[in-house]
Amino acid sequence: METLGHKKKTTPRRKWQVFPGRNRFYCNGRVMMARQTGVFYLTLVLIMVTSGLFFAFDCPFLASNLTPAIPVIGGVLLFFVLGMLFRASFSDPGFLPRATPDEAADLERQIDAANGPSGPGYRPPPRTREVVINGQTVKLKYCFTCKIFRPPRASHCSLCDNCVERFDHHCPWVGNCVGKRNYRFFYLFILSLSFLTVFIFAFVITHVILRSNRTGFLSTLKDSPARYPFTGENVVVCFFSVWSIVGLSGFHTYLISSNQTTNEDIKGLWSNKRAKDNYNPYSYGNILTNCCAALCGPLPPSLIDRRGFIQSVTPQPVSHSNGSSMYASTQLHTHMCDQEHCIQNTKFVFQAAATPLLHSDPVMIGGGGPPFPGKSSLGVPCAASLAPSQPSLPSSMPGLGCAGDMLSLRDPDTHCHHHHFPSPEETPLPPGPMPLTLPCAAHRGHMNPAQLYDPASQDSLHEDSVRGLVKLSSV
Amino acid sequence: MATEFHNLQELRQSPSLATKVFIQRDYSEGTVCRFQTKFPSELASRIERTLFEDTVKTLNTYYAEAEKVGGQSYMEGCLACATAYFIFLCMETRYEKVLKKISGYIQEQNEKIYAPRGLLLTDPVERGMRVIEVSVFEDRGSSGSSPSSNVSSGISQR
Repeated sequence: METLGHKKKTTPRRKWQVFPGRNRFYCNGRVMMARQTGVFYLTLVLIMVTSGLFFAFDCPFLASNLTPAIPVIGGVLLFFVLGMLFRASFSDPGFLPRATPDEAADLERQIDAANGPSGPGYRPPPRTREVVINGQTVKLKYCFTCKIFRPPRASHCSLCDNCVERFDHHCPWVGNCVGKRNYRFFYLFILSLSFLTVFIFAFVITHVILRSNRTGFLSTLKDSPARYPFTGENVVVCFFSVWSIVGLSGFHTYLISSNQTTNEDIKGLWSNKRAKDNYNPYSYGNILTNCCAALCGPLPPSLIDRRGFIQSVTPQPVSHSNGSSMYASTQLHTHMCDQEHCIQNTKFVFQAAATPLLHSDPVMIGGGGPPFPGKSSLGVPCAASLAPSQPSLPSSMPGLGCAGDMLSLRDPDTHCHHHHFPSPEETPLPPGPMPLTLPCAAHRGHMNPAQLYDPASQDSLHEDSVRGLVKLSSV
Repeated sequence: MATEFHNLQELRQSPSLATKVFIQRDYSEGTVCRFQTKFPSELASRIERTLFEDTVKTLNTYYAEAEKVGGQSYMEGCLACATAYFIFLCMETRYEKVLKKISGYIQEQNEKIYAPRGLLLTDPVERGMRVIEVSVFEDRGSSGSSPSSNVSSGISQR
């Protein structure tokens, strides 16, 4: 049996590298945006150029003639605008990870069961589920791409190719979808931008007025192109921006106060025109509560865990492992699974699974630790984690690999009794399908095997079986 | 080497995941995170109804606490807004804190209740908060199983 002696040939990959969907990731997964980002750069340029010209040409006059607070306030506003823009553009809007194969299969079974008993000639409607939310019937649609029933208010963005929770709209100016997690940033961005444009517009006009008071209007205009070449540009940009941005802010203020999304408003889902007793089931009934909930409510964390590792040797601070790892894994195996690794990992899992069930002779696997007879349930998780995905072995690995991270993080000092790992030097394995045994070996690889082989009492076996299963819970 | 493969082939099939049961979300109260407390029939033979329902109800309580729109969340939101959300570089959001509590709770439940019954709960956050995945393992006694001949020897011989 070959030992898993390779050190990692490839650097461990992070989940963002195999994320399904049309997104772009930067800064090693910290930043995510939609595929088309051209308009975002335009937004940035417009903001920076306009503000830059304002600070360069208008502020000196205004600061000296009116108050130096003007550039300060302008600076603070600009800082806030850019902060909110980056936050809205670069964060996860609330993408829903795609269903794991098991989930998808389970849903299919349920759908078939639901549609099955209908008589011949009756065509069941397309896959929908109805739920009653606060007295209003809402239809949940099945997403064929993500293989899930979309939660209420979620929608699939075709540009990003992902389902987004509380989908508002896809904003090209921001270069990202606007959804549950970044709606407040988007709103604060347009709100602060409207203040900024109004501010700049007002003070540019003030500047022109003050100047024309001194030197006459016409001479001011004549001077302007020469001395202040872009005053006119500022005025024009701000004028158009004011109407569009302020209008948009007003629209979103209305949406927030009625707790609707742009998507719902456009479709007219909750308007009274549809039905007499049609009302928005998500509204809190009170404008203030709606606003507070939208802007000051809790910020849910990202469900896609883009910076987590797919397979890793060293423990990484993975906050949430997620279903997409299992899904993505089907695409992963061609990319990241070294065939050799797959095979080796598989063999090890089967060893791990097999060894606890031996009663008599301990099987020396590759010179490693002996097995523990009778610990049938210990072996269960190891093989169990692999067994269901046996037809596509490599695909099971990345998901479990993530679990390996979690496992090694969470149980650094767990007593690891199933040391049937061949040898300590093999511990730096890509976790693959053996999250349970790998970290254990990594942490306790040097334990004397002799201590471990003990046809122990049922109590300790039971305890170990519990631990074994518990470790699997980290998967 | 031959010995170990022989044993592998014998025992590969024995410990296995029988099925996975998925507890879906309950949207009757809106988009807040809640899971259905309806007891799935597949688990009827493995665990007591009350135990399971207690687990799900406790999880629902935790999620409700995480998503509660109240004084503390307002404070957090306003403070964060005032600092242009830079404060989240230093501190964890309340939601994240509660999620950590939840994963600790799930681990504890697995250890105490589910693992001894051959079940395993997966933290919903790992499944996009869509389902509570309950893995049901086959109930095998410690006597092991008879060698099964249908092991794919191809794997071991790769």
